[in-house]
Amino acid sequence: MSGHETFQPQNKALAWFERRLPVFGLLHSSFVAYPTPRNLNYWWTFGGILSVMLVVQLVTGIVLVMHFVPTSAGAFDSVEHIMRNVNYGWLLRYIHANGASMFFLAVYIHIFRGLYYGSYKDPREVLWILGVILFLLMMATAFMGYVLPWGQMSFWAATVITNLFSAIPLVGDAIVTWLWGGYSVDEPTLKRFFSLHYLLPFVIFGVVLLHVWALHVVGQNNPDGIDVKSNKDTVPFTPHATVKDSFGLICFFILFAWFVFYIPNYLGHPDNYIPANPLQTPPHIVPEWYFLPFYAILRAIPSKLGGVVAMFASIAVLVFVPWLDTSKVRSARYRPLYRQFFWILLIVCIGLGYLGAKPPEGGYVIAARLLTAYYFIHFLVILPLLGYIETPKPLPASISESVLKKHAGAPAAAGAVRSPERNG
Amino acid sequence: MRKLTVALALLATVVAAPVLAAEVGAKPDRQAWSFSGPFGMFDRAQLQRGLKVYREVCASCHGLKYIAFRNLVQPGGPGFSDAEARAIAAEYQITDGPDDTGEMFERPGRLSDHFPPPAPNEQALRSRFGGALPPDLSVITKARSYESGLAIGLLDFFRQYQEHGADYVYALLNGYEDPPADVEIDGAQAWNRYFPGNRIAMVPPLSDEQVEYTDGSPQTVDQYARDVAAFLAWTAEPHMEARKRIGFQVMIFLIVFAGLLYFTKKKVWADAHA
Repeated sequence: MSGHETFQPQNKALAWFERRLPVFGLLHSSFVAYPTPRNLNYWWTFGGILSVMLVVQLVTGIVLVMHFVPTSAGAFDSVEHIMRNVNYGWLLRYIHANGASMFFLAVYIHIFRGLYYGSYKDPREVLWILGVILFLLMMATAFMGYVLPWGQMSFWAATVITNLFSAIPLVGDAIVTWLWGGYSVDEPTLKRFFSLHYLLPFVIFGVVLLHVWALHVVGQNNPDGIDVKSNKDTVPFTPHATVKDSFGLICFFILFAWFVFYIPNYLGHPDNYIPANPLQTPPHIVPEWYFLPFYAILRAIPSKLGGVVAMFASIAVLVFVPWLDTSKVRSARYRPLYRQFFWILLIVCIGLGYLGAKPPEGGYVIAARLLTAYYFIHFLVILPLLGYIETPKPLPASISESVLKKHAGAPAAAGAVRSPERNG
Repeated sequence: MRKLTVALALLATVVAAPVLAAEVGAKPDRQAWSFSGPFGMFDRAQLQRGLKVYREVCASCHGLKYIAFRNLVQPGGPGFSDAEARAIAAEYQITDGPDDTGEMFERPGRLSDHFPPPAPNEQALRSRFGGALPPDLSVITKARSYESGLAIGLLDFFRQYQEHGADYVYALLNGYEDPPADVEIDGAQAWNRYFPGNRIAMVPPLSDEQVEYTDGSPQTVDQYARDVAAFLAWTAEPHMEARKRIGFQVMIFLIVFAGLLYFTKKKVWADAHA
């Protein structure tokens, strides 16, 4: 990637430092001069939003830890202490709790944006797989964080999810005992979850650096899914992407603030304001909304082991998407058939989320089975086949041509040749 | 054995959830609370009346352990003066100690004390109610809710409705009725429309004219229930007023900032599309 300009420090001290550790040059090339495709739309602002959300969670989390007591007798009380007696503790906790939801909202938009515009395709396979790893780490972190307030849902969610590992043949029970640090979810479980909940965000931070590094090696994809060919196709990251990302971020923060300040418990479950009671199972054990589609898949399979395998497979399948998608064209803009299946997949995922919140009975189970089957068929059958049967629309010759056409209001070039260096 | 218990509990949740799911009470009606909506604030007089109902009726069985007497003075609450709150605290005997001789002793309450529990421990409390445990009421309005369905639930996002817990408490206190003819309940229980499973170990706690109001408010079960539900909404969320006030400031800031960024973005990008 050729930059628009290089970093030449005028300040003598800065130049001295730069010759010894070129960190400012790295920042400059990554966040100032970095060439970004000029046709990016607002769906591309979610990468930046996710980085900010990670920092928000880290900062609020680090302060919350100063007041939290990770014991089965003290956890619930300490959360109420934070809510009542710590200065702006209610704000920190509501930001952190709703921040988790906003983090997942942003990551789901980010993932589906990648699916729509084919951002996983050659040469971005490693970038995509790092993203799947990040998603898994986020899920583990969020799950363990949800256990910490030690309410009824915390306790029973921990019990249900850790028990999934007992489905592993032969060693399952031993693994569950090892995870719990005892023979049921109890204080040792709370303490190790607390420790790991503090550790994992820093692991996420590390993998985010790799994710951004991989992104900066291969460059961003774009809504047209065609490669950058010249400087005319790009604009410098600063100010263009910086100001656009900032605008997207602040709009996202308006939604975030809506939750934090006005409906902070909207996404939570009231049972989690009841202290954990190992002797009383809540009538419904439901996970947080962002796990509901996976929970639906888990319960759709009539065998415990099968359900666990299906749930993990539903995430694992994402790793193979770069090779399951056989189409040469990246963006769904130019893939009339894939575009329709993309929307069907999105509706199916939302449907699974709805079913995950419903009791596993009657029609709900049948619907969950159908949607689960469709989810896998999409990735394992439809995606590979589409590449062979679909006739893509003609691709624009270049990003700049596509942008200029659109803004001139002229119709797209008829019969434009397909991007020749697509496989380069 | 414990493993078996956990396994059975799990089985109960996964397999028998529909059976348990049937154990829901009637859906409470929504009330017009002074504290709902983006600018909703607590009614000071109502919170003071609700505290009176709590102290004279609820407190004999229900704790309020997260609330200290100093909270009664804090802004956004019932608005008692420092002296009034001290006087309320002094009406309680608090167990303190150990003293220099190692003995526990009783003394009048201070602002820093919390509302004393109705019994020294959970077992003592349970034994009074045949094994049933009257829950602590500090966060009860956040720990209770009811299903409104998908459409209303989504609508609640836009109209910022969060008062389900107060609705439930108000409905429950007004929900006592005679059991259906074919149902027999023992004397320690009562029949309540809104309680999950309808059999509630709390016999009707309120009756008209039970608590004396000095501000001319009607001395009815309906009014008592309304006032104590509002009071418990405050105990569950004592910083609600500050939250909404700061929230409004944050919203104004974010919207103005977003507007400025939008026009900055337009200017920066003007040449990129030419």
